[in-house]
Amino acid sequence: MRKMLIWLPLVLFLGFFGLFASGLLKPDDRLITSKMVGKPLPDFTLPPAASDRPALASSQLATGKPRLLNIFASWCVPCAAEAPQLMALQKAGVEIDAIAIRDARTDVDRFLGRYGNPYARIGLDARSAVQIALGSSGVPETFVIDGEGRIAYQHIGDIRADDVPMILDRLRNAQ
Amino acid sequence: MIAEAGLAALWLAGALALLQLALVTLGLAGSKSELLGAVRSVAVSQGVLTGLAFLLLILLFLRSDMSVMLVVTNSHSMKPWLYKFAGTWGNHEGSMLLWVTVMGLAGSAVALFERALKRETHMATLGAQAAISLGFYVFLLFSSNPFARIDPPPPDGQGLNPLLQDPGLAFHPPTLYLGYVGLSVAFSFAVGALLTRQVDAAFARAMRPWVLAAWVMLTLGIVAGSYWAYYELGWGGWWFWDPVENASLMPWLAATALLHSVTVLATRDALRAWTVMLAVIAFSMSMVGTFLVRSGILTSVHAFAVDPERGSFILALLAIYIGGAFALFGWRIGAVREGAPFELVSRETMLVVNNLLLSVILGLVLIGTLYPLLTEAFGLKVSVGAPYFDRIAGPIALLLLIAMAAGPLTRWRRDRFGLVAGRMLVPGIVALVTLALVVALAWGRIGILPLLGLVVAIGVGVGSLAPLWKRNLRRTPLFTWGMVIAHLGCAVSLGGMASDSAFTVEKLVAARPGDTIETADWTLYFDKIMPIAGDNWTALQADMTASRGGGKAIAIHPQSRFFASPPTTTTEAALMTRWNGQLYVVLGQETDDGRWQIRIWWKPFVTFIWLGGIMIALGGVLALIGRERRGWLLKWRARAAA
Amino acid sequence: MRALLAFLLMLASAPVLAQSALPPAPYADRQIDDPALEKKARALMETIRCLTCQSQSIADSNASMAGDMRSEIRQRIMAGEQPEHIRAWLIERYGDWVSYEPTAAPILWPLWGAPVVLLLLGLLLLRGRIRKGKRP
Repeated sequence: MRKMLIWLPLVLFLGFFGLFASGLLKPDDRLITSKMVGKPLPDFTLPPAASDRPALASSQLATGKPRLLNIFASWCVPCAAEAPQLMALQKAGVEIDAIAIRDARTDVDRFLGRYGNPYARIGLDARSAVQIALGSSGVPETFVIDGEGRIAYQHIGDIRADDVPMILDRLRNAQ
Repeated sequence: MIAEAGLAALWLAGALALLQLALVTLGLAGSKSELLGAVRSVAVSQGVLTGLAFLLLILLFLRSDMSVMLVVTNSHSMKPWLYKFAGTWGNHEGSMLLWVTVMGLAGSAVALFERALKRETHMATLGAQAAISLGFYVFLLFSSNPFARIDPPPPDGQGLNPLLQDPGLAFHPPTLYLGYVGLSVAFSFAVGALLTRQVDAAFARAMRPWVLAAWVMLTLGIVAGSYWAYYELGWGGWWFWDPVENASLMPWLAATALLHSVTVLATRDALRAWTVMLAVIAFSMSMVGTFLVRSGILTSVHAFAVDPERGSFILALLAIYIGGAFALFGWRIGAVREGAPFELVSRETMLVVNNLLLSVILGLVLIGTLYPLLTEAFGLKVSVGAPYFDRIAGPIALLLLIAMAAGPLTRWRRDRFGLVAGRMLVPGIVALVTLALVVALAWGRIGILPLLGLVVAIGVGVGSLAPLWKRNLRRTPLFTWGMVIAHLGCAVSLGGMASDSAFTVEKLVAARPGDTIETADWTLYFDKIMPIAGDNWTALQADMTASRGGGKAIAIHPQSRFFASPPTTTTEAALMTRWNGQLYVVLGQETDDGRWQIRIWWKPFVTFIWLGGIMIALGGVLALIGRERRGWLLKWRARAAA
Repeated sequence: MRALLAFLLMLASAPVLAQSALPPAPYADRQIDDPALEKKARALMETIRCLTCQSQSIADSNASMAGDMRSEIRQRIMAGEQPEHIRAWLIERYGDWVSYEPTAAPILWPLWGAPVVLLLLGLLLLRGRIRKGKRP
């Protein structure tokens, strides 16, 4: 009994060592993914966020065809960085709707004027309420919504040029 | 040239550590005992060289030498001198240099002042200290060189994080490191004694002052850090159970347990294996904490060494030193015999209970801190925070405090339960009266844990004074005073914590200049908001006055500060301290209709938390002086006679 | 270590600069008039982890999303919703990570069992140290 106890500290330490090593080896993404993926969109109705685009409601996203739902804000720098990729996706025939977070209509208009407007509809989420309901943890994020209004995929952070084919794949898989 | 001299001193110190280790190994294992004569002077020179390297780095910071990389990335020529000075250790490389400096100086101190230890164990201890230092020299020189140059030098530095530009930075990290790294001495003592198989009462008496000194520093460091975060962050909280804080708490818990078990070993020549184990664990916790903080495996956004290379380096050091010490323990401790069992009702048993409870808390903090890492290995993200630690460690800590009050009232060797209960009668009655009062006055308004905290704090506070009862106070030994004050400090601190969580009043308002705000007996008048300029910042300052019960109005000035390098905003809370609490006012943002967000807390007796902490450290100092004075007096007399 | 913590928090709050200029949500920094409800809301907010700053509760955070979450929580509490229901709603969206208070999920059972196991282990060790039998 005592013999075993004597070696217990070393055994415990080796366990901790393994834990530390695994923590170091595994690149930690630190991303908090939405647990809503695979579930239907929560119900929401938002007012329009831009002067030349209609408002957005959750019911309008279940159109029988997969679409993208982009979460962005005019005050967010990475959102401007991903604008060209969204334009490219739109040119490829993807329908994109958006939710502008904590924003004002004049700012959104200016942002879209400067970086392009790939969106069909834009809803204004002034208090992040829909963002929270979606399980989204920041801007920008992009959700793939399947034809039945279910969340099929969540992309966290800005869409880089090399992410575009992957997003198109996800849309195809969501058919 | 200064940077090169510093680097040279560091290399030389590293070489001396290697030499020290070789001398001890050859001297003890190769029985070339004549080599041992040189060990002490090598250890002292090594300490002097690390001290020199550290002073040179401070000099580089004070001179804002922008040809040194570390100064560029962490300083700015326009910064007040205090923050240039303290900025030396406000970064990874500088703080690691502070680490090896403390280690080197501690080694020198052991070489110079340790007289009680048997020569063999003394030498083995110095060998172990050199071995640990060596790893950290290698770490510093090969992956974190603080003296690296930058060419061409930029016109000015990038500045120091404004949250660190506070007098707290000058005091908190050095004291914390003295404690953290001072525990390496206990570790080396344990390794030395395991090597020579001399674990006995004399060993414990020799180790005790070193443990006490490190523990006092660690206590002060944690208290200072807690108060600093409390006033600087502006959230009114003083402990957040953040992994970084837990990293400093764990060595403290282990050192506190060690402090008590070493007393049992010194007095009763028992708990040998356990004491050695604790000595190893205490410094291991310091190293684990350093690893957790600097590898970035627990908190994503960490500032220092979120560099996997450095993380792996420290992990390798952990494996060598902690793994090595535990293996040595398993290999050698079988030969160390435990003393006779204790009586159930005795001081020894109370101290064992103290050790048990402290170790359980330590284990829980360790498990809770690392648990998210464990679940992440299975692909699940969880958070373990204040609600868990409060609920789990809180009740055990209350039990611990009760044992702390009963311990000094129990006699060594054997006592009678009835007698101990009799001595606890007065504190017990006081606790019950407190319970009745609090229940009568505040039932339903305060949580169960703060309620128990208040009751235990007052009962234990009275109980911890009981050892002085019916004693001639002038003849009471200094170390008894030390114990009483430290234990009372625990009760005072607990009282502050319980009072803060039970009775704090929070008020959030949006106010315009000219408004009057009423909260918790206080009347605050918001006069105006003015821009002001400081050394390297500008601020918006609210001019307010606070008065209570129609008393005199006192001016307070919460600020929102803007720093240019690097560009950051900080909130400077206005704190007004009264004997029975603190008024804490934070100026927030301006709302769209021209009002200002203001957060006000009245925190009754919150200052007791840190007052208690200082009392704990003071008690440690008195115990240290009390225990050592006789030795010093004898030595001084012997020298005077010679 | 505190210094490191402070640094960490600075980094965590750095994105403040890139936050929207919109005024805070109505109940982000405004207390509920009924102190009992405010106490409930406050207790819940202290155990909900901020998403954009990672190592703070939303009660302590200056991030705008934390403000929106505070407002959302206060409004739901005022509407009569129970705190544990709101917590469950948030966990459904963000996973167990969002709650500082460990839930009863099976993966967390060892965490709740730890104190018992450690105390028992300690008592087992202690047993050998105490003399058994009657007092002479």
